Amino acid sequence: MTEAMFPLVEALQRKFGCQVQSMHAGREDEIYLVARDPDVRAIAEYLTDECDARLVTVFAEDRRSAEGVFFNYYVFERRGDTQYLMVRVPAPEGGLEFTSLSAKLPAVNWQEREIQDWFGLKAIGHPNPRKVALHDNWPDVHPLCKDFPIDTVLPPFEGERHLYRPALGEGVFQVPVGPVHAGIIEPGHFSFAVAGEPILYLQLRMFYTHKGTEKLFEKLPIHRAVFLAESISGDSSFSHGAAFCQAIERAARIEVPLTALVMRTILLELERICNHVGDIGAIANDVGFVVANAHASRLKETLFELNERLTGNRLLRGMVCPGGVRRIWNDGQLDLLRGTIDAFAVEFRDLIALVHSSESTQDRLERTGILRPEKAKDLGIVGVAGRASGIDLDVRRDHPYAAYRTYSFRVPVYQAGDVWHRMQVRIDEVNESLGIIRTAADHSLRGEFRAPVPAIPPDRCALSAVEGWRGEIIHWIRTGPDNHLERCKIKDPSLNNWPAVVEAVQGNIIADFPVINKSFNLSYSGTDR
Amino acid sequence: MFKILQKSIGAGIVTTAYPGAPAQISNHFRGRPSFDFEKWKDARTGAEVCPTGAISLGGNGDVRTVTVDYGLCVFCGLCAEASPDQAVRITQDFELATAERMNLVLTVEYTLNADGTHRQLRAVNRGFRNAGEDVENVGRKAREKIHKLLGRSLSIREVDAGSCNGCEVEIVALNNPIYDIERFGIHFVASPRHADMLLVTGPVTRNMELALLKTYRAMPEPKVVVAVGACGISGGIFGENYASLGGVDKVLPVDVYIPGCPPRPQALLHGILLAVGRLPERPYHEHAG
Repeated sequence: MTEAMFPLVEALQRKFGCQVQSMHAGREDEIYLVARDPDVRAIAEYLTDECDARLVTVFAEDRRSAEGVFFNYYVFERRGDTQYLMVRVPAPEGGLEFTSLSAKLPAVNWQEREIQDWFGLKAIGHPNPRKVALHDNWPDVHPLCKDFPIDTVLPPFEGERHLYRPALGEGVFQVPVGPVHAGIIEPGHFSFAVAGEPILYLQLRMFYTHKGTEKLFEKLPIHRAVFLAESISGDSSFSHGAAFCQAIERAARIEVPLTALVMRTILLELERICNHVGDIGAIANDVGFVVANAHASRLKETLFELNERLTGNRLLRGMVCPGGVRRIWNDGQLDLLRGTIDAFAVEFRDLIALVHSSESTQDRLERTGILRPEKAKDLGIVGVAGRASGIDLDVRRDHPYAAYRTYSFRVPVYQAGDVWHRMQVRIDEVNESLGIIRTAADHSLRGEFRAPVPAIPPDRCALSAVEGWRGEIIHWIRTGPDNHLERCKIKDPSLNNWPAVVEAVQGNIIADFPVINKSFNLSYSGTDR
Repeated sequence: MFKILQKSIGAGIVTTAYPGAPAQISNHFRGRPSFDFEKWKDARTGAEVCPTGAISLGGNGDVRTVTVDYGLCVFCGLCAEASPDQAVRITQDFELATAERMNLVLTVEYTLNADGTHRQLRAVNRGFRNAGEDVENVGRKAREKIHKLLGRSLSIREVDAGSCNGCEVEIVALNNPIYDIERFGIHFVASPRHADMLLVTGPVTRNMELALLKTYRAMPEPKVVVAVGACGISGGIFGENYASLGGVDKVLPVDVYIPGCPPRPQALLHGILLAVGRLPERPYHEHAG
C-alpha cells in the first residue's frame, strides 16, 4: 500500500496538515481519516470542489460510552478511484451538534436532518432543519442513541402535526395525496401546489414506514440480521442482503469463494432485470398502453418463476449468507437459467419494439418530468435516475464487488433526464444484464460456495456498496461483542433520489405525476427503514 | 394495431388454472416447514437459527415446550438445515391462510434430558381455541353478509401499513395475466368507500396507525380485514418496537391471516377467496399430531 494509491489522502494532508490524520484501514479500498476540527466544511469543500470527489453519504454514531463522543462519518468517492474515503469528525467537546453541509451540498439535506432526529445532534447552519425522519408529533426521543431502548413504548402522539408550507395566490390550490394512495403502492404524503393543471411545487412527507430497522440491527445476532437486510426494501431483497453480507465478510476479513461471487452476480442482475421489465411495463401502463404492461408483467412472472427455481423464493430471499450463498445450482438449474434468459431476451426485444412502435407513448413520455443534469448533480442523484440525467455512476464499474471485475458491460448515460430516458436507461441495462448473466452462467459453478465465517472481534468497521437496480446501496457496520453489531447504517438510493421527484414534477400537469413518480420508482421502505 | 394483436395472439392464454386445478409449483419452493415431533430430538438448533423466533422454547423443570408459529415464519428453511435427523422438512404447502390466528400456532411438550436434548413427546397442542369462536363468528357473519349483498364479486382496498414492499410486489402480481384476479370478479379499488375488503400488509408502524384506522372507518359495512404476510400477522422480523406496533390485529379486527414472506400470488388468492367463503380452509396435518 503506497501513498500514491491514495491521492485524495495525500492531497488532504498536504492541504490540512495535522488537522487530518490517517487511521488504520481494514481494507485497502476503504480509507479512514480522522479530522480534528468539528467544522468539516473546509475539508468537504476542498474534496468536492478541487478534488472532484462526491459526498456519498453522511451518518452518525453514538460512541459516548466507548470514546465519550458522537462521531459523524462523511463518505467520499471519486471517479477513477476504487477507494472510498471516510472522514470521521467528532462532535465538539460536550456539544450535541455538527456543522451542516446542506447549504453547500443539498444532497445531504435529508441525511443531516435524519441525524438530528435519530441522534439529537443539531445541524448548525442547516437551511431547513425541520424534522424529517421522525414525524413532528413524535415526543422528544432520539432512537439511535445508545441509551434509548429499542422496545420503548412511546405514549400516544399528541404533538403538533406537520405543517406544510402554504401555497398562496389567486387560483392556487393545494392537493393533498396520501399516505394511502389509490394504487397498490407504499405510503407517503404528497402535497401539491397547483395553478390550474401545472404543478408549482411539491412537498413530500416520507418515513410513514419507519420501523426502527437500523436500531433493530443492533439487537439481532448477525445470522438473523441477514433476513432483516432482505426486508429493508422488498424489491431489492437480494441487493440489500448481498450488501449486508459483504459488509460482514469485510469485517470478518474473509474471502468469498469465486463460485459464490459469480452466483451473486447472476442473482443481482436477475433482480435488476425483474424490476426493470416491470417498470417499463408500468410506465407504459401509466400513459394508457395497457397491452405493453400485460406483456411486461407476463415476462416478469417468468423471471419470478426462475428466481424460485434458483433460490426457493420468488424475491430471491434466503439465498445469500455471510461467506457466500446457501446452496449451489445443479446442472438442471443452470440449464433452466440459460434457457429462460435466452427465451426472455427474444421476448424482451419484441416488447421493446412494441413500446417503441407506439408514437403516442413516446409523445407522452418525452420531455415529461425532466430532471436537468446540473440539478441532478447538486442533489446527488444516483442510479437509474442519475444516469438518465448525465450522472455517470455505477458501483459495479467504479467499486467492483462480487464478480463484476470479470465482466465487461456498458453503463448507459443520457442527458435528457425525462421519463422516456429513464425508461431507456432501464432498457439498455436489461440488455447489458442479459449479457452479464449469459457470460457468468458459462462459468464453471462448482466447488466451494460458502466460506466459514469466524467469530468477528468487536470494533471492526466495514463499508459495503452494491449497485442495486435503483442505484447505489451503502451498508456500514461496526461489530460489537457476541456476534452482534454496534451500528448498522443503511443508505438506500431512494433516500438520495426523492428530492429529484420534487424537481422533476415542477411545471408538469398533476395527471402526469403517477408516470413521473413511476419512472423513478423509489422505495419508501428503503427510505424510511 | 396489427402488431399489438399479433403479439397478444402469439402469447396465447397464460392464465393459471389455480385454484380450479392444483398449483404447479417448483420443488425448489420453500413452503411450510413440517415437523415430525416424534423424531425431533433437539429443537434448540432450530430455535437458534430461526430469524424471527417462529420456533421458540419454554417450559420449566423437566418439561420443555416448543412453540412453532407459522404467523412469524419467513420460510427461510434454516430450521430444516439445522435439523440433521430430518425431523423438519420443507414442504411446498402454501395454502396456509386461516380465519383464526391461533390456528397458526402449535405447542409441543417434551420431557427434557439433562444434556438439553429431549426425549418423550408428551403432547401436541394445536392452537384451536374456543375463546376465538366469537371472533370467527364475526368474520363468518361478515362473509355471509358480503356473499348475500354482493354475490361473489369483491372490491379490495390495499393498505401498506409499513411493509418492506415485498408483499406489494406479489399483490400487484395478482393483476398480471397469469393470476388475473379479475376473472373472479375481484378487483382492487382506489377508495376505501368502494371497498368490501381491506387487505393490509405490515407491520403497522406508529406513523401509519392513524391512516390505517381512518381507511378502515371510511369503508362501508360489512367489511372484511385480511392481514398479509409474516409482518402483517405478527410484526414478523420487525416485531414490536418503538416504531412498530406489530401485526395488523393490534389495530384492527382481522378476519383472515395469510402467512408468507411474502405470500406467493396463489397463497394470496387462496386467502382472499377463503375470506369471502369461496374456498374451504385447508388444515395441515402433522405427524404425531
